[in-house]
Amino acid sequence: MIRTPLRPLARILKARDQGENPDRIEAENRRLRHEQMQDRARQRAEGRLLVLAGMFFLAFCTIGLRMGVLAGTVPEEPTAQARGNPIIGQRADILDRNGRILATNLQTHSLYAQPPQMVDPEKAATELAAIFPELDAEELLEDFTGERRFLWIRREISPEQMQAVHDIGDPGLLFGPREMRLYPNGALAAHILGGASYGREGVSSAEVIGVAGVEKFFDDQLRDPANEGAPLHLSLDLTVQAASERVLQGGMMLMNAKGASSVLMDVHTGEVISMLSLPDFDPNDRPRVLTEGDQGDSPLFNRAVQGVYELGSVFKIFTVAQAMELGLVNPDTVIDTSGPLTWGRFRIRDFRDYGDELSVSEVIVKSSNIGTARIAQTIGAERQRDFLGQLGFLEPTPAEMVEAPTGVPLLPPNWSEISTMTISYGHGLSSSPLHLAAGYASLLNGGTRVEPTLLRRDRPQRGPRVVSEEVSAAARLMLRQVVSEGTASFGDVEGYAVGGKTGTADKPRPTGGYYEDKTIATFASVFPADDPEYVLIVTLDEPQIEALGETRRTAGWTAVPVAAEMIRRVAPLLDMRPDVETLTPVGVTLTSN
Amino acid sequence: MTEMVYGSVPVSSGDPVLPRWWRTVDRWTLSCVLALFGIGLLLGLAASPPLAERNGLAPFHYVQRQAFFGSVAIAVMFVTSMLSPTLVRRLAVLGFLAAFVAMLGLPFFGTDFGKGAVRWYSLGFGSFQPSEFLKPGFVVVAAWFMAASQQLGGPPGKSYSFGLTLIIVMLLAMQPDFGQAALILFGWGVMYFVAGAPLLLLIGVAGMVIFGGTVAYSNSEHFARRIDGFLSPELDPRTQLGYATNAIREGGFFGVGVGEGQVKWSLPDAHTDFIIAVAAEEYGLICVLAIIVLYMAIVLRSLMRLMKERDPFIRLAGCGLAAMVGVQAMINMGVAVRLLPAKGMTLPFVSYGGSSVIASGIAVGMLLALTRTRPQGEIGDILLRRGR
Repeated sequence: MIRTPLRPLARILKARDQGENPDRIEAENRRLRHEQMQDRARQRAEGRLLVLAGMFFLAFCTIGLRMGVLAGTVPEEPTAQARGNPIIGQRADILDRNGRILATNLQTHSLYAQPPQMVDPEKAATELAAIFPELDAEELLEDFTGERRFLWIRREISPEQMQAVHDIGDPGLLFGPREMRLYPNGALAAHILGGASYGREGVSSAEVIGVAGVEKFFDDQLRDPANEGAPLHLSLDLTVQAASERVLQGGMMLMNAKGASSVLMDVHTGEVISMLSLPDFDPNDRPRVLTEGDQGDSPLFNRAVQGVYELGSVFKIFTVAQAMELGLVNPDTVIDTSGPLTWGRFRIRDFRDYGDELSVSEVIVKSSNIGTARIAQTIGAERQRDFLGQLGFLEPTPAEMVEAPTGVPLLPPNWSEISTMTISYGHGLSSSPLHLAAGYASLLNGGTRVEPTLLRRDRPQRGPRVVSEEVSAAARLMLRQVVSEGTASFGDVEGYAVGGKTGTADKPRPTGGYYEDKTIATFASVFPADDPEYVLIVTLDEPQIEALGETRRTAGWTAVPVAAEMIRRVAPLLDMRPDVETLTPVGVTLTSN
Repeated sequence: MTEMVYGSVPVSSGDPVLPRWWRTVDRWTLSCVLALFGIGLLLGLAASPPLAERNGLAPFHYVQRQAFFGSVAIAVMFVTSMLSPTLVRRLAVLGFLAAFVAMLGLPFFGTDFGKGAVRWYSLGFGSFQPSEFLKPGFVVVAAWFMAASQQLGGPPGKSYSFGLTLIIVMLLAMQPDFGQAALILFGWGVMYFVAGAPLLLLIGVAGMVIFGGTVAYSNSEHFARRIDGFLSPELDPRTQLGYATNAIREGGFFGVGVGEGQVKWSLPDAHTDFIIAVAAEEYGLICVLAIIVLYMAIVLRSLMRLMKERDPFIRLAGCGLAAMVGVQAMINMGVAVRLLPAKGMTLPFVSYGGSSVIASGIAVGMLLALTRTRPQGEIGDILLRRGR
C-alpha cells in the first residue's frame, strides 16, 4: 500500500520559501482524505442498505405468502382428546358361519351439554326432561347453572330424540357422533357374543369395548385398525341357533325346568354350531350382575360353558370305551351287577334291580351303576384319570370366550378307588356341557381328540388318537342301542339314527350330600350313529313332569324328548337327508299309458 | 441601528417551521404510520372487549386507553420528527441513560404481573416497560459511537457499541426477555453491517447467535418449551398458537365479518401478541396483507431515503430504527403464522400497550426526523466537479 504523507516534504519546503503556513497544507490534505473516506463509506453503505432493503422485502413477502397459504386451508376443530392417543371408534362386525350378522355397528349420536354456552338453561332443562322421561328437570337445571362446564346427558339417542333436542334450539346442547354396538338378533346367542359398552369417551368419538363373551375375547382384534374392519366369522349357524332356542325354550317350560342348556358340535371340526343357555338376556341391554344370591341363577350365567355339574350316567360310555380300548372287556363280556355294591361305607345302587349279570352292552343300555363301577375297578384310578385328561375333562375348555377359563372342572381332591367308581358313572366329577360335547365328539368321531371352538374352521381337527376306530364304532353302536331299546327310547328320530346316553344326576346340596328331588337331566347324543356328524348335549336343570301317574325327573322322560325334537328340527337345517326307505307308490296308475 | 449596536438578528433558514417540516418530512412514511395507528384502534375495538369483560371493565375500556396512549404517541412522534438530528441525538442519549438506569432497577422495583418475567414497573394507572424505551435510545447511541469511529482519529466506537450491546442483551436475558434481546442484537448487527462490517465477522456473529440460542435452549426451561412447541410438527389446536393458526384459516381471504370472530374469546393475548390473528379472522387476508404492506412501505422507504444520506450518524441511526420497527413487526407476524418460535413481541402501533405504543411513536418520530430531506452537498459536488 502506498502511503500518501499528510505533509509532503516538497510542498512544505516550497511553502516555507514563499512564507506560507505549511499547516494549511496538512489541514487541506487531512480534509481531502476524510472526504475520500466518507465517500467510500457512503458507497459501501449504499450497497449494503440496498441489500438490507431487499432482505426486508423478501421477509415481508414470505410472511404475506404464508398468511395466504394459511388463509387458503381449512381450519381444524379444536378437540378435547390428548395428542398421540386418538380414540378409535370403529369395531369390526361379527358374523355367523354363513356370513349373517350377529353384531354390527350403528351410527348414532351422544348428547352432551356445555352450560357456559347455554342461552336459556331453564327451558333447556324442562324440555330435555320432557324428551327423556328418566331425566330430572331440577337436577339438570342445577347442573346447567352450576360450575360445570361440560356434562354428558345421554350416551345414545335415537334420531327422533335428536331432532327433538335440536328443536329446543339451545347452542349449549351438542351432539357427538357415536358408533353403537347393535345385536340385531336380540337375545339369540347372547351368551356367546357377550356384549359391549363404551370405553374412553370423547366428544367426537368413543371406544366401543367388549365386556363379555367373544366380544371381549377378540376385543383387540375387532378394534385393531390394521385389520381394516375385517369381520369375525364364528362357527355358529344363526338358523340352527334360532331353531334350537325355540325348542329348548319350549322344552324347558314343558319340563318345568328352571334352566336349560344345549351344545351342538361338529364331531370332526370341533365347531360349536349352536350353544344355548336359558334363561338368557338381550346383549343390547345387558342386565346388571346379581349382587346377591347364586350367580348361577343370573341370566348372564352361561350354563353351557361356565356351569359345571355332575352330569351322571353320560360318563358311563367313557368307562366302557376305555375298558374296551385297554382290552379288558368286549361288548359281550358279562359283568356282575348284583347289588348293592358296598365299598367301605358307600353303597352303590342301580335305579332298578337289573339282575345279577349283564353284558357290557346291557350295562350301557340299562345304565347300570354297579356294572360300570366294577369295570372302572379293573381300569384303576391312574388310567381313568389319564383317559379323562385326554378327553379334556381336567381343565377348562379352550373355547374362545372370556368365560371359558371360569368353567373349571371340579375334581376329587384325591383320586381314590371310590372316586374312580363314582366318576365312572358321572358322580364326583363336575364338568360343563361343553366339556361333555367335546368328550363325546372325541370319542365318537373315530377316536381322535377335538377341542371345542367358536371360530369357523374349514377342515377337521386332527388331534391325538384317544381310542381306536373299532372302539369308537362299538361305542356308537351301544349308544344307538340305548336309544333304540334302552333308557332313551324317546330320543329316536326317524331317519337320523340317533345314538346317545342319558344321565340323571342328583344335585349336590351346598351343605353337603344330595337333594332327593332335584336333578340335572342330561342327554348326550350323536347323530347319525353309523356315520357321526354332530353331537348334541341337552341339559335341563331341575326338570319335573307328571307322567303315567308318577313324578318323573329322569333324563329319559325330560331331556331326551327335548333333544329328539331339537334334532328333528335342526338336522334338515344342517343339510342332512333323513335315511328313510323310499316307498314305491302303490295303487297309482299312470294314466298316460 | 439596533442591529448595528447589538448585532444582527439570527438569520432564520428562510421559512417557518411547520411548512419546512411538511416539505421535508417523509409524508408517505408518516401516512403509513397513521394508517397503522388507525388499524390498531379498529382491531382494538374487536380484540379487547373480551379482556375488558374478563377484568370486569366497560367493554371499550382498553380501546379508550389505547386511543389516549395513541394520541400521546402521535403527538410525541410529531414533536420528535421536528427535531434536528443533533437534538435527536442528544435527547436520545439522555433518554437511553434514563431507560438503562430504569432497567438496572427492575430486579429491585419491577413486577412480573404473574407472567414469569420481571419486565415492568407498576405505576398505578398503568405499567411502564423500560426495555421498550431503551430500544430507540440504544440505536441512536450505538449509531453515534459507530459514526464517531468513522472520523479520522475517532474513538473505536464499534467496539464500544458492541460492549454496550452485550451488557444490554445480558440484562434482558436475565429478565428473561429473549425477544427484546434478540431485537437489540439484531439492531446492532444491522447498523454494524451498514457501517461496513467485514463479512467474515458477520458470519462469526451469526454463529455466536446460534451458539447462544443453543445454550439458552439447554439452560432455560421457559425458552426450551417455546422452541419445542415450534419444532413439533403437530400443533395442538388448544394452544395459543393453535388458536391463532385456526383463526387465520377461519378468516380466509375476506374474513368472517366484523365482530364475528371467535379467537379473541379464547386467546388471552388477543389484543397484544396475537392481534394479527384477530385481524386475519375478522377482516381476512386482505387486512393482513394491507398491514404487511404498510410496514414494508415504512421500512423500505426509510432505507431508500437513507441511501442518499451523507452523514454517517444519520444513516446508521435511521437504518437501525427502521430495522427495529420492521423486525419487530416481522417477528410478531412470523410467530402467528408459525414461521418463528413463539415470542412475546408486540406489533408496533397496532398492539395494545402504553409503553409499546409511545416507544414506537418515539422511534418513528426519530426515524422521521432523520429521514427528512436535507441538503446533501450536491451543489458542492457540481461546483467542485467531484464525480462519484
